[in-house]
Amino acid sequence: MVKAHICTNNLNLWFGDNHVLYDVSMCVFENRITAMIGPSGCGKSSLLRCFNRMNDLIPSARIQGSILLDEEDIYHPKARVTDIRTRVGMVFQKPNPFPKSIFNNVAFGLKIQGKHSKSEIMDRVEKSLKDAWLWDEVKDRLHSSAMSLSGGQQQRLCIARALANGPRVLLLDEPTSALDPQSTAKIEELCLDLKSKVSILIVTHNIAQAGRISDYTAFMYLGELVEFGESSQVFTVPKDSRTEDYLTGVFG
Amino acid sequence: MSKRELRNLAGKSLVGILCAITAGMLIVFLYGIFSRGIGVLSWEFISQPPRSGMTEGGIFPAIVGTFWLTLLSIAIALPMGILCAIYLYSYGRPLWFVKLVKLAINTLVGIPSIIYGLFGMAVFVNMLSLDVSLISGALTLAILALPLIINAAEEALQGVPKDFTEASIALGAPISKTILRVVLPTAMPNILTGTIISIGRVAGETAPIMFTAATFYSRRLPSSLSHEVMALPYHIFALMTEGSKGSLQAPIAYGSAVVLLLMVLGVSSIAIIIRYRFRRNKQW
Repeated sequence: MVKAHICTNNLNLWFGDNHVLYDVSMCVFENRITAMIGPSGCGKSSLLRCFNRMNDLIPSARIQGSILLDEEDIYHPKARVTDIRTRVGMVFQKPNPFPKSIFNNVAFGLKIQGKHSKSEIMDRVEKSLKDAWLWDEVKDRLHSSAMSLSGGQQQRLCIARALANGPRVLLLDEPTSALDPQSTAKIEELCLDLKSKVSILIVTHNIAQAGRISDYTAFMYLGELVEFGESSQVFTVPKDSRTEDYLTGVFG
Repeated sequence: MSKRELRNLAGKSLVGILCAITAGMLIVFLYGIFSRGIGVLSWEFISQPPRSGMTEGGIFPAIVGTFWLTLLSIAIALPMGILCAIYLYSYGRPLWFVKLVKLAINTLVGIPSIIYGLFGMAVFVNMLSLDVSLISGALTLAILALPLIINAAEEALQGVPKDFTEASIALGAPISKTILRVVLPTAMPNILTGTIISIGRVAGETAPIMFTAATFYSRRLPSSLSHEVMALPYHIFALMTEGSKGSLQAPIAYGSAVVLLLMVLGVSSIAIIIRYRFRRNKQW
């Protein structure tokens, strides 16, 4: 029996008067890859951003329901949001390394926490870069600018940067949509490798990608979680006709 | 040639000619100043105080005075400007207050500089009893530079891609550290170029220092904040409007103008170099 790592419970989200998510209840399971698919504007990215409270940045955002991370409500008034974000890492659609050195990009989260020694930071940076399959490519130029890396390398750097915080869950928001096929393949393999260390929730426009790497798939449509289950089942015998239509390309 | 091509040609020629006129005016302007002032330039001119009732000698005290006035005013206005810009950029709540502050800033930009001079005299010279002094002038100039710096800094902060802020916040950084460690360092080159441009403005202002800091003649260099100082723009103004030996004073005024121009152009070229290097390294 796999353990649920982070679960939403009847989650509703509004941006101003705009009701974006309707009663979403789903889970990300430990050491599994969960994919979220659905047409543009279906609310999958907004849902993803609920898991590390990035929606807090939008003043008009209002949320109802709960999200439990290891049984702890991350929207509890006493929950420390910066703490939650170190436990739930995030990688964005467009690779967004800081205009700093490769080393300082990966060390950023640790330096912000300010409770790690220099050698500890060095070790964690090395380990994170290795975990993100980037170490061999950059070990000789850790102090050159992250901007000098290729797009695929930058995205793996962003993954390394998120891993350095030692997160339990990794949120990936269409991480390969700005990359070429080769870099995409590498990130996909990397995800499969990483799931032994972190639980992964990935938003993707690419149905084939979801099929290739995910253990669970959530299909969202118009702010509603239409279907959620094991990928093998969702892809072969979807329960809802809308899922089937989307997967077969009737719309989306 | 079709009618359309003809219209194109006419339009292109018109904008071309207008641009040439603008560039030509700068050349005529520079020639006018340099041809009259370059003759008096010498090592003595920039290293000696004036002599013989301002008709001989140099303008060294005025150069030093302008240097200190500018440096001090920027040293006061830059930190204030950056902090204010950070406030507007990030913590600005409620919205009506931010709008009010921005309105105030943009109004300050448009106020004639002589009004700053009168204000400086009323507040710094008289009310705070700082007298006519280096510090009164620097404070007055700082108020003049402040809105320029705030606008430049806020624009620079807004120009930092939101991707960077999001990345930082998603890594668990609070807003304050995101600004301090990501936004501010990224915006810094643009803040500095904006500041350097306002240095040019501050160094050349006459009206704000006329009643607050400047003196027509002083042999000694300012050694304390409470001293009156000579300053290049005021020196030019005074040479052309006061004294009895106009024909002997005028060349010195033009010489001073050349020195002031060179100083300002020098500082501006630093801004251009910073911006150029920054653009070359910028890859987002």
